[in-house]
Amino acid sequence: MEVVKRQKFKPKEHYNSPGYKLLPFKYLHIDSTNELIVGASGDYVIAPIGSVEAIVKRRPISNEKLMRDLHAKHIIIDEYESGGLDVIANRIRTKKDHLLQLSSLHIFVLTLRCNHTCHYCQVSRVTQDKQSFDLKKTDLDHAIELMLKSPSKFITMEFQGGEPLLAFDLLKYAVETTLSLNTDKRINFVICTNGTIYNEEIIKFCLKYDILISTSLDGPEFLHDSNRKLRKGSSYHDVIAGIQYFRNALGKDRISALMTASSLSLKYPQEIINAYLENGFHNIFLRPISPYGFALKSPKKNYYETQQFLEFYEKAFEYILQINLKGTFFREDFASVILKKILTPFQSNYVDLQSPAGAINSVLVYNYDGYVYASDESRMLAEQNDYSFRLGHVSDGYKKLLTSDEALSVFKNSLNEALNGCSDCAVSDFCGADPVFHHAIQGDAYGHRPTSGFCEKNMSIIKYLIRKLEESTSVRNIFYEWISAK
Amino acid sequence: MINLSSRGKVENLEGQLVGKLRPSKGIKYGFELVNSLYDPTNEDRVVALVSQERLNSQLPNIFNLSNYKILAEGDVVYINDQGVLDILYRRQSKHNTLFITDQCNSYCLMCSQPPKNKDDFDFHYFRNKCLIPLMDEETEVIGITGGEPFLLGDRMIEILEDLKSQLPQTTIHLLTNGKVFAWNDWAEKMEQFKENLILAVPLYSDNFVDHDYIVQSNGAFRQTMLGLHNLAKYQIHIELRVVLQRPTIKRIEELSLFITKNLPFVESVAFMGLEFTGLAIANKDKLWIEPSEYASALKKSVFLLDRFGIRVNIFNMPLCVLEPELRDFATKSISDWKRSYLDKCEHCSAKSDCGGVFGTSRQLTNEISPL
Ligand code: SF4
Ligand code: SF4
Repeated sequence: MEVVKRQKFKPKEHYNSPGYKLLPFKYLHIDSTNELIVGASGDYVIAPIGSVEAIVKRRPISNEKLMRDLHAKHIIIDEYESGGLDVIANRIRTKKDHLLQLSSLHIFVLTLRCNHTCHYCQVSRVTQDKQSFDLKKTDLDHAIELMLKSPSKFITMEFQGGEPLLAFDLLKYAVETTLSLNTDKRINFVICTNGTIYNEEIIKFCLKYDILISTSLDGPEFLHDSNRKLRKGSSYHDVIAGIQYFRNALGKDRISALMTASSLSLKYPQEIINAYLENGFHNIFLRPISPYGFALKSPKKNYYETQQFLEFYEKAFEYILQINLKGTFFREDFASVILKKILTPFQSNYVDLQSPAGAINSVLVYNYDGYVYASDESRMLAEQNDYSFRLGHVSDGYKKLLTSDEALSVFKNSLNEALNGCSDCAVSDFCGADPVFHHAIQGDAYGHRPTSGFCEKNMSIIKYLIRKLEESTSVRNIFYEWISAK
Repeated sequence: MINLSSRGKVENLEGQLVGKLRPSKGIKYGFELVNSLYDPTNEDRVVALVSQERLNSQLPNIFNLSNYKILAEGDVVYINDQGVLDILYRRQSKHNTLFITDQCNSYCLMCSQPPKNKDDFDFHYFRNKCLIPLMDEETEVIGITGGEPFLLGDRMIEILEDLKSQLPQTTIHLLTNGKVFAWNDWAEKMEQFKENLILAVPLYSDNFVDHDYIVQSNGAFRQTMLGLHNLAKYQIHIELRVVLQRPTIKRIEELSLFITKNLPFVESVAFMGLEFTGLAIANKDKLWIEPSEYASALKKSVFLLDRFGIRVNIFNMPLCVLEPELRDFATKSISDWKRSYLDKCEHCSAKSDCGGVFGTSRQLTNEISPL
């Protein structure tokens, strides 16, 4: 390092280099007059249409602000320095950091039995037949062993069904066995329940092991009960009572709710949000129905075009923003997943919007039938006799499962950086890949983006959120609050 | 303002000495200067006397000092045969620093401590080596400053090692432009000190043109950025320092955004009012800006970083020139010996919480008005 000698001060121009080199970037038209330019770091600039052409042709950038923005967002770099590349390399490394935490979500489908007959449910059975619809203990032992072999130090063990609390003995056994075998991992437990089964024994157990409860609430009573059918009585009454019961016993933040939008739901965006607010929730995940087999067995109730969902989403979202602008914190969770990718250098740990895809890379499913599946949707496909993503039996061992043809077909199609359509999509950093979806809908895990509902939905919501971000500081502030809240 | 350096008269001294002040039984208005370094067999070795008036003694004696009144037991001073007395350490103060050098590898437009070309490494190194063992073990924080401290090279590591072994409880707050850490081995060398070390690194802008212009050094932005990323690998605590001045204020929000994206690992960001002295005076026309001109941009920047989860401090700004919502972020950062208040501050209800203004500043904002 050189000590500087006393010198004359030099003007700013002396430190400028008007020439520049391009770094990798992608772009699209965000509205009728502007381009969205996204660099390899995931930072973006919005500039008038024509800006990309100008920089590609290396024209001098006379707009001082634009020139500095392009540098600060790692879209261009000055001619002489290459040190900036290290910073970008770190940014990319940070974005993909979750890969070092391979498969951190482990879903255990303890039983397919359920006390509900929801019309959009892909899997459950109303039956007493434990023999054929419950996970066998020996298979469960294998599954736990597999889970504990995961390289991830932080693990979520999630119990699903059917209704997993109908198999409470099995659930208890699973938690206790896991804890007795675990040596080095931090494990969170989640029970996904319809919220209508609870008693003191369950509560005590949840308290003892700090278990989170995730339940389903589709909206106001008429809507919830129309979507989620109990054989007798109102599911809404039961689930609201259940939520209350769990909250009182476990603490308010230990219970969350998920909604699924049926065709009927699309008409009631505000009512759904009000139902969440009235029942004391501060967030909602606006989630379309999974377009898989069972859900479509009653197409009138469950089939709608992506476009219809998007209209619903925007209406609901605008309403949510109004609520926030009036001073009440209320978060939309899907937007938060995307906003976290846009506003921070980190990835979201939400498994359905990642590249590489969450399937296998972040999730493994141990199904009641004793087989391991690549994702929750994969086991639903199996209920339609499509075993494309069945990796093998729980007794097969890690290596065999993860190198199976089925696993390889997931891996091959799970990097949106390398998929046609996505690879040059400007918003791919904020999106993900979903080979299971594309297999199910388009018959090809690779997928065809121009006709893909996954793409249409994500592209539309991502662009919408970026426009919102740029629209006003108050909205931007709300978004920051969403992503920084726990 | 307190003057840490003064010049009096001296007798019986050749060369220079560093020692710790201790009240003397024999003399009423004077201290004994002790330092066992000069005689390892005798911990209480008195090496000189510091007094208000001349004493009759065989020992070196320094007296007639303008800053005599602020001397206190436990303080460490440097004296030499020219009659200079520099207070190196004040036991009662929270603002003690080790000064490493006046030299620098940048030449910032607003530098309050203009870099000098004279080779002063040995001089300050000697003083610091003597000082460290004499400091109180209870000392909470020690600042290290320059110039650019790391120009001292390996001897800077030695100083950090001394601090670590002699003052294991003390936080070291080191001001550096961070360029040296573009060489990864330097970042790695910091790892052994990371428990107690905070590196305070200025970053003036989100782009190389503005930053390099401020520091008057080509490539400085890239070096500092690379340096910060290297430090992050070793989880070194970093405080970023952003100076509020005209050439960079326009992009202060963009800079905050840039920090959340590219430097999310920093522990805190400090927005700093300008100390208007040194080189800043020559560059007044380029640099000066009234706080009201950037109030709204500052507020947005502070809230952005705060929401993102990075701790934010505002340094060197009187409370009355800050928007009310920002006052909680303000810190009494001006060192006690440099801190001043205006006459009108006497009527201010916030004075006890306010860090005042730089006594060293040659220009103060017109916007000060009692709360
Ligand atoms: S799915 Fe569509 S929006 Fe997502 S990265 Fe691919 S092309 Fe882009
Ligand atoms: S009037 Fe003086 S004491 Fe009061 S806030 Fe302003 S500078 Fe501080």
